[in-house]
Amino acid sequence: MPNYILNRLGQSAVVLVLVSLIGFMVLNLAPGGPMSQFALNPGMSQAELDRIAEQLGLKRPLLVQYIDWFSHLFVGDWGHSFRDGRPVLSVIAGHLPATLLLMGTSTLLSIVIGTWVGVLGAVRRYSVFDTLATVGAMVALSIPTFWFGLVAIFFFSLHLGWLPAGNMYTIGDQSLGDYAIHLVLPVLVLALVNVAIWSRYMRSATLDVIDQDFVRTARAKGVPYRRVLTHHVIRNALLPMITLAGLQIPTILGGALVTETVFTWPGMGRLFLDSLGYSDYPVIMGILMFSAVLVLLGNLLADLLIGVADPRVRLA
Amino acid sequence: MTTATHYLPASRRWAWLANPTLRRFMRHKLAVLGVVMITVLILACVFGPYLLHYNDLSIDIRNRFAPPFTGNHYLGTDALGRDTAARLLNAGRISLMVGFCAMLISIVIGTLIGVIAGYYRGWIGAGLMRFVDAFLSFPSVFLVLVLAAFTKPSPMVITLIIAVTSWMEISRIVEAEIRSLRERDFTLAARMIGASSRWIMFRELMPNAIGPIIVAATLTIANAILLEAYISFLGYGIQPPLPSWGNMLNAAQQYLGKAPWLAIIPGLAITLAVTSFNFIGDGLRDALDGRSDLK
Repeated sequence: MPNYILNRLGQSAVVLVLVSLIGFMVLNLAPGGPMSQFALNPGMSQAELDRIAEQLGLKRPLLVQYIDWFSHLFVGDWGHSFRDGRPVLSVIAGHLPATLLLMGTSTLLSIVIGTWVGVLGAVRRYSVFDTLATVGAMVALSIPTFWFGLVAIFFFSLHLGWLPAGNMYTIGDQSLGDYAIHLVLPVLVLALVNVAIWSRYMRSATLDVIDQDFVRTARAKGVPYRRVLTHHVIRNALLPMITLAGLQIPTILGGALVTETVFTWPGMGRLFLDSLGYSDYPVIMGILMFSAVLVLLGNLLADLLIGVADPRVRLA
Repeated sequence: MTTATHYLPASRRWAWLANPTLRRFMRHKLAVLGVVMITVLILACVFGPYLLHYNDLSIDIRNRFAPPFTGNHYLGTDALGRDTAARLLNAGRISLMVGFCAMLISIVIGTLIGVIAGYYRGWIGAGLMRFVDAFLSFPSVFLVLVLAAFTKPSPMVITLIIAVTSWMEISRIVEAEIRSLRERDFTLAARMIGASSRWIMFRELMPNAIGPIIVAATLTIANAILLEAYISFLGYGIQPPLPSWGNMLNAAQQYLGKAPWLAIIPGLAITLAVTSFNFIGDGLRDALDGRSDLK
């Protein structure tokens, strides 16, 4: 067991270094570079530009810059925003709760619905419900998130006038109900793809379990079918889903970015796009690193959790 | 091979129809539907613009925001009075082309890295796979946006950007496939007759992994079309006046209340194209897997 954890930790550390290297190089080797924002200002002389580059440490060799930046990550110094000089970590922290609220609610919803759809599809394999769910999931995976958002806004906000078209709350009214009503559309839009993925995997995981001997034994003992499903089948089918949940984090994060844009949701996705518009390198870099770390931690946690939940994995 | 077929008796000339893979594919109704839909879409995009009364840039200023079926504007017009049908079909050429080319490039990168990583299992393989993991740790939309924001976005650059951010899944699939194939007897036989590593990798192992690669290729087109739409929608992809399905939606966003069809039509086109490729991919997966006959 400790060996397995150590191995996994080592792998993650290597990936983390590679992630930072890729992110750093992509940003710094891209045309323009970190100085492009300042170079746009016609009032700046070359001497001033040189001074800024010197101050920001951009005149040093790239590798030195990278090592300096990477080592500072660990002491919580992620640099300062070009836009307002605030520390990158606190800028991200300011936008994180909105994104987590959106992602968390939507993920929870999609797990509940997806599990239900998947299990029902597997139990009644090739029924009308199963066929509809299969085709529906494939179509749902093909619908562009932002377009679905636009259609939802058109229908529910502009046409019916039931729900707000964007933002996280009404200014002046920040009650719980107000948050909730603003949450409905973005959560539904973000959940669409995740329900599709989750239900597909849940269906095949259930099919893997449902024909196994222990299920037959339970039935033979006279355990009611419902109880066999909830206590034997679903519990076992959910095990591989722990890994899947970890693997889904990048997709959910990417989806959140697009959803936030459509619904003017003040989260990390909005921050990322705004920072791109301003060429705010430290913040862009920070968000890239932050999301990658989130993904790595998620995968690591999933792998450790499955080791705890499923003894077979530990032995393998 | 073609010449040989020519001399076959008529009864044998159609023998390929009995090919079990093709038979299994044809039995997958959704996959066949996908092929039909994508064929119609491609034909429409290639030949459609010649049949319309307007081209994608001509401005009919008196007919701005015309709803579908106004006069000769079959799908209406946009904010500048440009014909939506003409823009949609021309956008389709670009969006489908970007998706297809991005797929070709990412298949090459993905297969190459996957084959090498699967064949050399030691530190080369492990190192390459950690590299794949690292790329997979970024949400692909983030990575594509960063690259697109700092380059001059032409269709070719966008294609390259999408390609370099969507090869990782293919690598993983190919690596797993090669790793199991290299333990098989035919690999041993090839090594025994003195074949070089390069020969074994690309002449023995890779052709045997072609099934999963083809399936991955189909699904990669679907994702590439979606990615192009995402970044063009966010303003960092294909730049107007060049139309793409994504940037048509970007322009339509602000007129959602006034002219909803401007947003609905390109979105339907994207969904149709992506659904078709996903259906085809699903059908190919079943068709190339001989075991599906037993079910």
